[in-house]
Amino acid sequence: MKASNELWKTRLTGQITDGLAEEIDTFEMQIELRRQDKMDEKVFAETRLRRGAYGQRYDNGQRHDGSESKTLPYDTTKHTKGPDTVWDAPGMLRIKIPYGGMNPEQLEVLAELAEEYSDDIAHITTRQDFQLHYVHIENTPTIMRRLAAVGITTREACGNSIRNVCGCPFAGVCQDEAFDVTPYADAFTYFMLGHPDAQNFGRKFKPSFSGCHQHSCGLAAMHDMGMTAVVREVDGERKRGFRVVVGGGLGAVPRQAKLFDEFLPVEELLPIAQAMSKVFGKHGEKKMRSRARLKFLVDKWGIDKFKEEVLAERANLTPDPRWTEYLEHIEEETEKPSRPPGDLPALNGNERMNHWVKTNLREQRQEGYVAATVALPLGDLTSDQLRSLADIVRQFTNGTIRTTVEQNFVIRWVSKADVPALFNALDAVGLSEPGASNILDIVACPGTDTCKLGISSSRGLAAEIRSRLAETSFKLDQAVQDLHIKVSGCFNSCGQHHVADIGFFGANRTVKGFKVPHFQVVLGGQWEENAGSYGLPIVAIPSKKVPNALDRITSFYLTQKQPNERFVKFVKRIGKTKMREILEDLAEVPDYEGNEDFYADWGDPRQYSIGDIGKGECAGEVVSQYEFETAAAERIVFGAQVSLEEGDAQKAGEDAYRAMIKAAKALVLVQYDDVTEEDPDEVVDEFKERYVDTELFLDPFAGSKFADYLFDAHQQVGRTFDADSAHHLIEETQLFIEAVHSCYNRVRTQGLNR
Amino acid sequence: MDLQHVNIKIFVEGELTVDLDDVIKVFHELISQQALPGVLLDVGDYRHVPAGPSVLMVGHEADYCLDNGGHRYGLLYRRKAPLAGSNEDRLRQAFDAAFHLCQLLESKFPTLKFSRREFQIIINDRGLAPNTPETLEAAKPAIESFLNGIFDNTQVSLEPDTDPRRRFAVAVKSATDFALPAAS
Ligand code: SF4
Repeated sequence: MKASNELWKTRLTGQITDGLAEEIDTFEMQIELRRQDKMDEKVFAETRLRRGAYGQRYDNGQRHDGSESKTLPYDTTKHTKGPDTVWDAPGMLRIKIPYGGMNPEQLEVLAELAEEYSDDIAHITTRQDFQLHYVHIENTPTIMRRLAAVGITTREACGNSIRNVCGCPFAGVCQDEAFDVTPYADAFTYFMLGHPDAQNFGRKFKPSFSGCHQHSCGLAAMHDMGMTAVVREVDGERKRGFRVVVGGGLGAVPRQAKLFDEFLPVEELLPIAQAMSKVFGKHGEKKMRSRARLKFLVDKWGIDKFKEEVLAERANLTPDPRWTEYLEHIEEETEKPSRPPGDLPALNGNERMNHWVKTNLREQRQEGYVAATVALPLGDLTSDQLRSLADIVRQFTNGTIRTTVEQNFVIRWVSKADVPALFNALDAVGLSEPGASNILDIVACPGTDTCKLGISSSRGLAAEIRSRLAETSFKLDQAVQDLHIKVSGCFNSCGQHHVADIGFFGANRTVKGFKVPHFQVVLGGQWEENAGSYGLPIVAIPSKKVPNALDRITSFYLTQKQPNERFVKFVKRIGKTKMREILEDLAEVPDYEGNEDFYADWGDPRQYSIGDIGKGECAGEVVSQYEFETAAAERIVFGAQVSLEEGDAQKAGEDAYRAMIKAAKALVLVQYDDVTEEDPDEVVDEFKERYVDTELFLDPFAGSKFADYLFDAHQQVGRTFDADSAHHLIEETQLFIEAVHSCYNRVRTQGLNR
Repeated sequence: MDLQHVNIKIFVEGELTVDLDDVIKVFHELISQQALPGVLLDVGDYRHVPAGPSVLMVGHEADYCLDNGGHRYGLLYRRKAPLAGSNEDRLRQAFDAAFHLCQLLESKFPTLKFSRREFQIIINDRGLAPNTPETLEAAKPAIESFLNGIFDNTQVSLEPDTDPRRRFAVAVKSATDFALPAAS
């Protein structure tokens, strides 16, 4: 804990708005109450989450060192800061940046905080937030005060609340937008922040604003509430409104958002958001966390009933002047440049600058200006870089900058005449990475580096691919340069792997008794059109062979694509069977002896949970029945994808169910070999009795979620599938199979007794 | 003035010659054995960030980085937990902890050599020690007496960082090596 915490409290008095100051004081008191064990640990955990203070890997006080799990020697006399969460274990602090908008003073404060309370690194997330890692809980109120003094809050950055409001980083300068969504996103943020009607959710709620449909800057389709700007002629007048979609989301089982309203007049934006929050708070699932996102309520009711309920709630709201006050001068509000417009000077053969200009600049709607993307490897930058960036923003703009969902910054309103000077200024501080928004600009979630749920090293893999591509990327064919790669450390999709051209998510496999880090290869997703479609996993590849898999995919694409064929269309035309075929041999894991490297993850020399090897596996020469059965389940679910692709949703759904039964049977066989999948009732009963009732199958974090997928599917056997429901069941089956692998690994490590 | 959260960065002599993957391995071993005072818990790899912390070992009381801040590698000890004692004691504690790991790394990597004449002192707390001439004035006696304890009658120069946005920091340079017992 910092020695200066009290000092900051006094020093910042009067510099923070009363409401915020009071909230932070209250949070500080809650920390003290929990420290003295006068507040329940679960209540405290949700309280701190709503303040943005999140858990981090190893915060249960255990760490696997490659051969065994060891207890970290923390002071055990202290109380926990949540179930199974050691008080002194550092955590992550998420800092909300509404629509990514920042100013130089805020950059400077972030720089100070990263230095003084974290590890000198500030990290931009895929939802335009910042994260600081390794933060001690007792320092969080001071950090919050220092942020609040420059107008930033961490409130509702995590927990069951309305999360950061995302928005196009090009809003106001984009050539394609209907209008600048910035002031609407801003009004939405502060109207809903702490709103009493948004405090009773069973899960988080993520909103987003986009200026147009065709690009992906706001990713409307993957949000709980996505707004896309639309202008319409109403009674001869041009009126602003939003195309609103609801119930979208990535996570374990992604959902495309459903259309709520083709044109919601801007006057109705805030009341509808309030009414929707009320409906979600009242009717959203509360007990089963895995079914508590808005998408499940929309699914359960159907979009028509959902809309009906929201409109009924809207009709009953007490009018609030804040709904429309902000609209008064909104059309005149816009950022202004600080420098006159200009022309791009000759770049005089500076190859690096030319390359950067080509990939990182975007013409603004306003003549003579460009928006420049500052590409950050893995979304990270240092405190010194943040301070330099603050200077650069002051020098070239009116003092504004935005974070992006691709974990970068965008500097807008750069006069074209200033481009060489801007490049040189960025270059001097290591911020002139080219390749913004292309194959080099890989998005990765924190994964096993800091996330408690990480299975494989997403950042390690992304760093490896980046360094292999760094030298050559701009010599690659344009079609390959344009690909988007996104990596998640597990199925939860924080790295947004579902909407990449080529996505990866972490998985683990046990091969001949050894655990091996893997990534599922996800193809068929679409980044454009605001995340227009979601990909599906086609095969799991050992982590260390993923770069080879990427080479294969891109070479195959280059040689087989038709002129101007985008990757997503290419995958559709070629088919997943063929795509899988070209990767299949890479799925093989070489024997442990002499290939130990395969049994460790990228950037982590520890044996990948080698201590989890079970006893009596006789050098792992025997391929168990379990491995045969799960391999078969994986084959069947892949076949289901192919059927779906061929338009046979019914067969796809039925095969997905069959694969689930097969995987469940694989686990049952570990304990009891007299079970057959000809009798699914028996498989499900045995599975329930042996793995669910005994809690062996319960996921440490997701609880019974994956078992429920099986039970739901089994209960609905014989149903009719459409493309949507078959797609969902395939996703659920993939996750169920992953959970079977995890359970098998746990059972091998811990034995059958819980 | 209370000097807490002392950071010491002892610079690498010449170019860095070690493979940082190997340093990461050593950090993992140290964590596994909990081989340094306090709780050691994680390894961070920031080699993708230019002039950043590079590779670090995160602890509860302190972090240890093979830091590349300012494009200059050095072993950075970053004290996080407050310490009792005088300012001079705290400077000495941080210095000893940093130098201990320098010696340990030197013993593992024969080509790696840390300077015995040049290091940096940073106070990682703008609340206690803003980077102002007043802080320098107030901190100087403790810094000088700490330096007297590690250098034998030699001329030592102190160069403060004058950017008010940065943390209070002084670069220490001497004409002769500091005198400390070898690591046991
Ligand atoms: S995708 Fe998984 S590993 Fe990555 S941050 Fe999300 S929960 Fe953690």
